[in-house]
Amino acid sequence: MALLEVKDIHTYYGNIHALKGVSFEVDSGEIIALIGSNGAGKTTTLRTISGLMAPREGSVTYDGEEISRMRADLLVSKGISMVPEGRGVFAKLTVEENLDMGAYIRRDGAIKDDLKSAYSLFPRLEERRKQFAGTLSGGEQQMLAIARALMSKPRLLLLDEPSMGLAPVLVDGVFETVQRIASEGVTILLVEQNAHMALQIADRGYVLQSGEVAISDTAANLQQNETVQKTYLGID
Amino acid sequence: MFKWKTDEFSWVDFTIDVLRVLIVLGVVVGAWNTLSSGRITLAQWVNLFAAGLSQGSIYALIALGYTLVYGILLMINFAHGEVFMAGAFSTVFLAEAFNRTGFLNDQPLLAIPLMIMFAGLVSMTVAILLERVAYRPLRGSPRLVPLITAIGASFFLQYTFRGLYGSGFKAYPQVKILQGAISLGGINIPIVQIFVFFSALALMLCLYWLVERTRIGKAMRAVSENKEVARLMGIDIDFVIMFTFGVGGFLAGSAGVINGVFRPQGVNFFMGFIPGIKAFTAAVLGGIGNIPGAMLGGLFLGVIEAIGPNLVLAGLGIPGANQLKDVIAFTMLVLVLIFRPQGILGERLSEKKA
Repeated sequence: MALLEVKDIHTYYGNIHALKGVSFEVDSGEIIALIGSNGAGKTTTLRTISGLMAPREGSVTYDGEEISRMRADLLVSKGISMVPEGRGVFAKLTVEENLDMGAYIRRDGAIKDDLKSAYSLFPRLEERRKQFAGTLSGGEQQMLAIARALMSKPRLLLLDEPSMGLAPVLVDGVFETVQRIASEGVTILLVEQNAHMALQIADRGYVLQSGEVAISDTAANLQQNETVQKTYLGID
Repeated sequence: MFKWKTDEFSWVDFTIDVLRVLIVLGVVVGAWNTLSSGRITLAQWVNLFAAGLSQGSIYALIALGYTLVYGILLMINFAHGEVFMAGAFSTVFLAEAFNRTGFLNDQPLLAIPLMIMFAGLVSMTVAILLERVAYRPLRGSPRLVPLITAIGASFFLQYTFRGLYGSGFKAYPQVKILQGAISLGGINIPIVQIFVFFSALALMLCLYWLVERTRIGKAMRAVSENKEVARLMGIDIDFVIMFTFGVGGFLAGSAGVINGVFRPQGVNFFMGFIPGIKAFTAAVLGGIGNIPGAMLGGLFLGVIEAIGPNLVLAGLGIPGANQLKDVIAFTMLVLVLIFRPQGILGERLSEKKA
């Protein structure tokens, strides 16, 4: 059974019909890429799964449980964690306080150890642990946002455009990190405009077009798909 | 482009500039007249300053409630003065009972903290109920709506407490050990002022610790910065907002008792109005939404109120200057809104949103 099953969801912003029946599945341990152009509904899909928005129709099943009407803060304790678009670090909290907030739902004693492993994954953050997150560079903020999302010990990590606004050198680093996290058993649902990079690390991918899934295939096949090459990979 | 960069003549800017010059002139002339006349001795200035600090620390405690709520909801809780009243008014009866049994004067160091706790809990309950009943259902509506609701809630609370305890004035009983003064280098400072200042300071330090060091305090700051991301951290926004109202309420209630010990007279159902507006002024003065700003703004307002009338107004030959403290306070509010809307420690809104 799939860890996450999205079935025919319709989500609206007021009267704007943003998702028109999106369906897909994510199996445990997979890296899934959702690609598509601006306004295709990628972010809306993630927001619907994470509970920030509720679909008007359709269902989202996580670990066998219907979650589409559940509050975002309760989903975190079920093991769903999201790195929001634009990183969303708390600028006026220090780096370490941001990480503490990532572990907000936890009461166990292992938080300190996880803080250490977050710092070993991103040594830059340890150097800056007492600094306000707002003073970090874009790349550092992205590291912090990912490290913070991991502090809740998620089973499913939702990443919204982790490469957005980063210098090309840093983009490689972000995708390597995502692969490393996946290798530790975290299932990953990745939304990206950078289809090229996303498909390189993903197992499977879905192409969203105006609120619908247009193509779904393995990442390798998508990379060879003519439409995908033309529209999203910039290959003629 | 930005208004201040244009070379065009603007009557508004001109008037504001004239106003600015007139105010500076008034302050300088008034202060010069007073100081050169030597009517008030140095010891008296120190006494005024100390009285101002005590009064200011009470404003600061109330102002924190405005600022905490504003920081988290961008909303002015205009019923906060009534939250203060609820604690102060309810605790009068406890204080009277303590006084009758002799507990108040036998064990003041136990009785006063108990009264503070009791008032804090009463005000906290009122603040939490207020949030739950009057504000939460309106969350997400235009900003004017909760503001109007706050005024309604304010009257509701006033007349509820009038119904409960009657419309007469009550007074806090005198606490013996707080009577008298201690002499520091020839200057007598009333013990009650020292008590007021340090107990308010202790409460403010507790708040600072809560906000800076604890898990819930960090969550409060996270929610005030970005509610959506805070939810993604698993933070229950509604709980944090309720908690914030509760903390603000607790501080207001404890300020009620401290105020009652400082100025025993004048406890009634309407007592929250003026301190409420003064504390709001203090919060704006310090930069609303900013916690150290509210503390500083409160102290500043208290001192200005104590010194300003004697220094400036009396020097300008205005009769009965001492009764014009409220003029000073609200003139300060207007001046801050004109010249530095973000307050002493506040940042510009544009930076905050960026």
